[in-house]
Amino acid sequence: MIPFFGTLAAMRFLDPLVKPCEVCGLEFARHEGVGNLSKTMKTTGETLAGAPATGLVHVNSARNPGTALDLDLVAQVRVNTSAVERRCAQLGGRRSLKKDWQAAWLLKAVSMIDLTTLSGDDTERRVHRICRKARQPVRQDLLEALGMGARGLTTGAVCVYHEMVPAAVAALAGSNLPVAAVSTGFPAGLSPLPLRIAEIEASVAAGAREIDIVISRRHVLMQNWQALYDEMRAFRTACGDAHIKAILATGELGTLRNVARASQVCMMGGADFIKTSTGKEPVNATLPVSLVMMRQIRDYHERTGIRIGFKPAGGVSVAKVAINYLALLKEELGDAWLTPELFRFGASSLLGDIERQLEHHITGRYSASFRHGLG
Amino acid sequence: MGWVEDMSVSEIFDSMEYGPAPEGRAAADEWLQQHKRRFGLFINGGFVAADSGASFATSNPATGEELAQIAQAGAGDIDAAVVAARAAQPKWAALGGYGRAKILYALARLMQKHSRLFAVLETLDNGKPIRESRDVDIPLVARHFYYHAGAAQLMEAEMPDQVALGVAGQIIPWNFPTLMLAWKIAPAIAMGNSVVLKPAEYTSLTALLFGEICVEAGVPAGVVNIVTGDGAVGEMIVNHAGIDKIAFTGSTDVGRRIRAATAGSGRSLTLELGGKSPYIIFDDADLDSAVEGLVDAIWFNQGQVCCAGSRLLVQEAVAERVYAKIRARMDKLRVGDPLDKSIDVGAIVDPKQLKTITEMVDRGLQDGGVAYVAAGSLPDGGCFYPPTLITGLETSSTLMREEIFGPVLVAMTFRTPSEAVQLANNSAYGLAASVWSENINLALDIAPKLACGVAWINTTNQFDASAGFGGRRESGFGREGGREGLFAYTKPRISTKPLARVLPFDGVAGPSGAMIDRTAKNYVGGKQARPDGGYVQAVYGPKGGFLGHVGAGNRKDIRNAVEAAHKASGWAKTTGHLKAQILYYIAENLSVRAQEFAARLEAMGGGGKAARSEVEASVARLFTYAAWADKYDGAVHNVPISGVALAMNEPVGVIGAICADEAPLLGLVSVLGATISMGNTCVLVPSSARPLAACDFYQVLETSDLPSGVVNIVTGAHGELAKTLADHDDVDAVWYFGSEDLSATIEAASAHNLKRTWVNNGRARDWNEASAPEFLRHATDVKNIWIPYGE
Repeated sequence: MIPFFGTLAAMRFLDPLVKPCEVCGLEFARHEGVGNLSKTMKTTGETLAGAPATGLVHVNSARNPGTALDLDLVAQVRVNTSAVERRCAQLGGRRSLKKDWQAAWLLKAVSMIDLTTLSGDDTERRVHRICRKARQPVRQDLLEALGMGARGLTTGAVCVYHEMVPAAVAALAGSNLPVAAVSTGFPAGLSPLPLRIAEIEASVAAGAREIDIVISRRHVLMQNWQALYDEMRAFRTACGDAHIKAILATGELGTLRNVARASQVCMMGGADFIKTSTGKEPVNATLPVSLVMMRQIRDYHERTGIRIGFKPAGGVSVAKVAINYLALLKEELGDAWLTPELFRFGASSLLGDIERQLEHHITGRYSASFRHGLG
Repeated sequence: MGWVEDMSVSEIFDSMEYGPAPEGRAAADEWLQQHKRRFGLFINGGFVAADSGASFATSNPATGEELAQIAQAGAGDIDAAVVAARAAQPKWAALGGYGRAKILYALARLMQKHSRLFAVLETLDNGKPIRESRDVDIPLVARHFYYHAGAAQLMEAEMPDQVALGVAGQIIPWNFPTLMLAWKIAPAIAMGNSVVLKPAEYTSLTALLFGEICVEAGVPAGVVNIVTGDGAVGEMIVNHAGIDKIAFTGSTDVGRRIRAATAGSGRSLTLELGGKSPYIIFDDADLDSAVEGLVDAIWFNQGQVCCAGSRLLVQEAVAERVYAKIRARMDKLRVGDPLDKSIDVGAIVDPKQLKTITEMVDRGLQDGGVAYVAAGSLPDGGCFYPPTLITGLETSSTLMREEIFGPVLVAMTFRTPSEAVQLANNSAYGLAASVWSENINLALDIAPKLACGVAWINTTNQFDASAGFGGRRESGFGREGGREGLFAYTKPRISTKPLARVLPFDGVAGPSGAMIDRTAKNYVGGKQARPDGGYVQAVYGPKGGFLGHVGAGNRKDIRNAVEAAHKASGWAKTTGHLKAQILYYIAENLSVRAQEFAARLEAMGGGGKAARSEVEASVARLFTYAAWADKYDGAVHNVPISGVALAMNEPVGVIGAICADEAPLLGLVSVLGATISMGNTCVLVPSSARPLAACDFYQVLETSDLPSGVVNIVTGAHGELAKTLADHDDVDAVWYFGSEDLSATIEAASAHNLKRTWVNNGRARDWNEASAPEFLRHATDVKNIWIPYGE
C-alpha cells in the first residue's frame, strides 16, 4: 500500500478526463496517471501535512463506470444466512490486535470515519464544531505520543444534510476534507424522483464532493431490478464528478439475499460505494450484512477489475467492533481496501471511543470522554 | 508471515499488518511447576507414581520444548486402577441420579472456572490454536458435563430398565484431548459407571489436570482413574478381565485390533474411528460460505479431525470457480504459534504425524494430483504443515481413499446429485458429511442417502452434547452424546442364565408319514432355492422319527442371500405404513396356519401347549413390530444453533442373523420383525437343530406381499454360516442368538469391516419378552442431520 496522505490534495486539481462509458454511455471521470503521481507525492507528504486531505479519489483504480444490468447474475446470487453468521461470530476470535498494532489500526479507523451529524436540530455552529473535530479528530499530544503527529490525520469526510453543506464546506476550507451530503429524500427516499435528482444537483453545486443516496427499498422488495438500476444510473449521472455512495438501508430489505442482489444492481448502476444504512433504520450496520456486501464487492471486482468502496453506517460505536470490521475487510477484500478511498465508517460516536482507547494505550490509564474534544 | 517486532505505529498504519497477539501461559507454567513438571498416575482419587518409575516426555509441538515428564503405567498400575474403579462403582451407582448429577454439575462448573488454564494447557501440549481450545474445545467440554448432569438426573425416570455396565476402560486420541475425555467420562459416570481412562501419549496433561478437578468436584475416589502411557497401556486396558466396557476413539487400524482382542469377552464395545468425510458443494450453494466452511472443515485443528471434511466433491459446473475461491481463501490463512490469538492453523501434534502427512501427500501426488499450497509462510522450527488443496485425483487414488489427518484437502467433481451420493459413499468410512445447497429439497434428499452418522447441511463440524456422534462402516459403531449415547454405557436390568446347547435329535431317515415328500429349500431373493452344495440335512423328532430334509447351506448360499438382500435395499425407502401392513399381513397368514405350525413345533420337540403358545407369541410379535414400523420416530435435538438437528433412525442395512435354537419360530420371527420393520433387509439362519418351522415360514412370506429379497433364509450349520456372514464385507451387522459357542468367532471376524455385532455370549434370552426397544436400537443407526436455518 502506498500511503496517500498528503497526495490527494494535489490530485484534486487534475482535470479528470471526461469521456462516455463504453458500456452505458454515461460520462464518468477517469483519473489517469494518479498511481505514479501518488508515488511522487509521497516524498512531499510531510510538507503538505499541514493541509492534509482525504477523499474519494480512486488512486488505485478507475471509478466505477457501471455495467449493463445482468439479471442472470442477480438471480444467481446465493446467501446462506446461518453460514454468514457463523463466519462473523468466529471473526472476533480469529483476529486480535494488541498494543501498537491496535493503536495503528484504530488510527486507520479514524481516517476512515465519515464524521456524521444528521439531526433535525443541526445548526451551522454545530456543523462547524464537527468539522473542526474532523480536521483534528485525535488530540495532537496523543498523535505525537504515537509518532503520528506529523501525519496530518483527519477523518475521511464530514457527512451532513444538504442544508448544512455550505457551512461544512466553509468550515473545511483549505483542509481538502470532502463534504458528503445525504441526499435523495434521505432517509426514506420517497420524495418525487425529479426532486431527488435535483437534490443531488443542488448538493453538488453547494460543494459536496460525495453524495450518499438512498435507494428505493420498494424496488428491492418488489424485485424490480430494472427500476433500481435505472434509478441508480440517474443518481449517478446527477452526481457528475461527485462520488456516489448507495445506501441500501439493509435493515429494511428483509433478507441477506436481497442485500446481496441490491448490492450487485447498485454496482452495475455505477455506485462508487455501497453503504449499509442511513442510521435511521431499526437495524443498521451489522457484520453479517457487511460480509455479504463485501463478498458482492469482491465478486464485482473479479468480474470487472473495478474496486467498489464499502461503508457500514450506524451501529458501529465501539473501537473493538471497528477493528472487527477492518479485519473482515482485510480478510474478505484484502489490503487494497484498507484505505479511506474504499472504506468508510458512517459514525458519530465511534471516534469518542477510539480516542479513549488511544489515550489508554499511551498512558496505561483508562480515559474519560470529557478529556477529548466533543465531536 | 512474521512481523517486525519494532514496527512503529506509523509504519503499521501504512502496512496494516497483523501483529503478535500472544495468549499468556504463566498460569499453565505455574501449574506444571507445582507438579515439578513430573506427573504420576491419577488412581483412586490421587496421584501415585507408576510402579516401574518409568516416564516419558510430553512436548509443545510448536517449539519442541519439553513440558513435563509423564508416568508410564505398567500392568500393576492398571490392576490398581481397575481395582479402585471396581470398588468405587457400586456405591457410585447407588448414589442415584441426583447424587451423581450434583457432582457432574460441579465438574461442569469447574471446567468453566478453569477454562482458560485448560485451554492454554491444551494448546501447549497439542499445538491447536488457542482460539479453538478456548472457543470450541473447552466450552464443548463444559457443555458435555452439563448435559450429562441432566442425563444422570433423569436416568431413573427415563431409563428405568437400564443399569450401569460397571467399569469402563476408555482410550482417547490426541486431537481433542479434553473434549474426547469429556465425551467418554461424562456419559459413563452419569450412568453410574466408573472409569479407567488413558489419554493419548502425546497429550496427557489436560487429563491429569482433570483428575485434580475431579477431587475438587467431589468425585468419589476410584470413580475416575487416569492412567498414562503408550499403546501398551491401551492394550492392557483392552485385555483387562476386570473391565466391562471398552470405548475407543482413534485410528481404524487400532479399532480393528481392539475389536479382535475383545471378541467373545462379553465386554461392551464402542469404536469411533477414522473418516474421509465428503464435503459436497452443489452448484446452487452459497459458494463463498461453502468455501469458508472448508476452513472449519479441513483447516480446523490442522485437519487432525476424524470427521474433517477432507474429501471435497464439487459440482462440475462450478468447480473451477470454487477451486479459485478456495485458493484465495487459503492464502489468507495464518499458520503460526498456536498461542497467538490471530492464527488459523497451529502445529501438527508431533514430528511423527508431520512425517506421516508429508509422506502420504508426496506418495499421493505421484498419482497425478496437483497440489496448491497456501501462500502464507510457516514459522521456523516446530511441527507445521501448510494448508494444501489437491486436485486432479480420482477415486482410485489412495489420497482420495485414505485418511491423511492433516490440513490437506483432496477435491474432485461430480455431475448430478445421484453421482454425488455415489462418490460420497464410495469409501470404506462412514463418519460425517457436509452438504451445501440453497435448495432445501436437494439437501434434505441427499443427507439421508449418505453413509454416515452425522450430516451437516450448509455447515460443518458442529458438535453438541445433545446430538449423538458416531459413524458407520469402518468409522466404527456406537454413538457418543445424545440419548443414543447413553445406551453405550448401560445394559438392560435383567439377569440372564447360561444358554443350554440345543442339539438335533438323532434318527433314521425314512418316509415322513402320510404326506407327499417335501423338500425344504433355502429362501433367497423371494424364491425357493436349492442349496448350492447339493447336500441336505435330515431333521428328526425327539423319538427319532424322520421329519424331513432341509438344505445344508454353505458360504455360496450366504453370498447369494446377501446379494439378494442388497438388491432389496429399496425396502428401506418404503413407508412405515407399508412395512406395518406387510408385517400385519404376515401375522395374519401365520395365524391362519397356526395349527400347522404348532404341530410342526410339537413334532420337533416342543410340548403341545408350548408349541401353541410359541405360535401365538410369534403372531403377537409380528403385531408388535408392525406397530413399531410406523412409530419408531427419530428426535429433534435441541442443539444450540438457530436450526435443528434431526436424529433419524435409519436401517443398519443388511443384517445377518443366526436365530435362536430353543425358540425355532419365535426366535426367527422376533429377528425378522425387528429388522424389516426398521427397513433393513436380512439373511436369517434358522435354528440348526429345529429348522423346519422356518422353512414352512417362507410359504407364509410368499403369500404376504413381502418384496423379494427383504427376508432371505438359509438353513445349515451355524458354525460355517455365521463365520461367512461375519466375514462378509458387504454385511452391515451380524446378530447371534444360537446356542453354540460362536460369539467370539463372530466378533473376531467382524473386525475386518467393523460391522456391528450383537451376540449372546452364551447367555439365554427370554423370547416371550418382546424387548422391542432393545431390538430396535440394534436394528437402527441414528443419523444426526444438522440443519441450521434462517434467511
